[in-house]
Amino acid sequence: MSEALKELGDHIVQAQADVVSKTEIRLGELMLGTSPDKVTALLTYLRDDPKCLFTQLIDICGVDWPEREKRFDVVYNLLSVKNNQRIRVKLMTDETTPVPSAASVYSSAGWFERETYDLYGVWFSDHPDLRRILTDYGFEGHPLRKDFPLTGFVELRWDDVQKRVVYEPVKLAQEFRRFDFLSPWEGAPKVLPGDEKAQETAAAPAAAPAKAN
Amino acid sequence: MGVITPAKPNTVAEAALSRALNDELADKGFVVAQLDKLVTWARTGSMWGLTFGLACCGVEMIHCWMSRYDLDRFGFAPMPSPRAADVMIVAGTLTNKMAPALRKVYDQMAEPRYVISMGSCANGGGYYHYSYSVVRGCDRIVPVDVYVPGCPPTAEALLYGVLQLQKKVRRTGTLVR
Repeated sequence: MSEALKELGDHIVQAQADVVSKTEIRLGELMLGTSPDKVTALLTYLRDDPKCLFTQLIDICGVDWPEREKRFDVVYNLLSVKNNQRIRVKLMTDETTPVPSAASVYSSAGWFERETYDLYGVWFSDHPDLRRILTDYGFEGHPLRKDFPLTGFVELRWDDVQKRVVYEPVKLAQEFRRFDFLSPWEGAPKVLPGDEKAQETAAAPAAAPAKAN
Repeated sequence: MGVITPAKPNTVAEAALSRALNDELADKGFVVAQLDKLVTWARTGSMWGLTFGLACCGVEMIHCWMSRYDLDRFGFAPMPSPRAADVMIVAGTLTNKMAPALRKVYDQMAEPRYVISMGSCANGGGYYHYSYSVVRGCDRIVPVDVYVPGCPPTAEALLYGVLQLQKKVRRTGTLVR
């Protein structure tokens, strides 16, 4: 399998050297790196080339790396039914750099791009209808960004006077708590809380109570 | 308004009179009952549940109507139209986007109407309590009569909730709610 992937990767790089910035085979999957201005050309090639024929777009998704200057990855997952192969195309962008829409290459890309736009705020240019798709009407912010607070900014309730659902700033009765679910058998520190003294006494006079048990 | 307090006999003589009257009527083929009891009996015997399945609880709600538990035998039939339904079962996670629609459906139901909140998410947000997109309990949107806990509650638990609702209807015993 990985031989075939390597062969495919070499073939694509040979044909599209100026478009593919890097290839990587990891965990039995082939990844191609590209850039926003070249992605449509690459996708068109992958769809039409007789050795590729990646005619199905499985998904478009985003990844947020807040510490990076180009903070977003946009990932295209493709499937070739003809060759029984999958491939992943990745590119980097930021909040302001638009990515050309793949809707002209894959008709299914429209909603995937809407989703990526909705949750990450990646802007797709030339998209036929770039609106939010999942979040609430009039929602503000992009919830899958790492800097988006878990609880968001608004909550809603029914207002019996106004006879409608009203939005209000979030008021939590109890703050979110992060529980430590470390199992005592793996990963947790060897010293149990409150048991530090026993360790010390065991370490210092190591000579005397060694044969206690 | 419209509340009928059951007439309790005050004295032993009144009770005897009432019993005598009752016997006489029974001989002639009548049954004497209090109207509000009759109304609640009819009401509990035919509650149509609006199936508001929003998540995995919805599947458990369907189980409740299937042959093993068979909610129909309590007169509790599924009813997809809010205008003909008496009870709304909010089964699952109520999201912000869904909340106005839920309220609209609730407003379309005719009085007297009841709401069963099924599962942790509908009760108080549950697993998604701290989420940006989930209503922290459907009682923020509609008044709830019975809360069924669980994640998801078993079909049995929902059945128990329905029985509790029937008990509540019987005990409230009002003509107009």
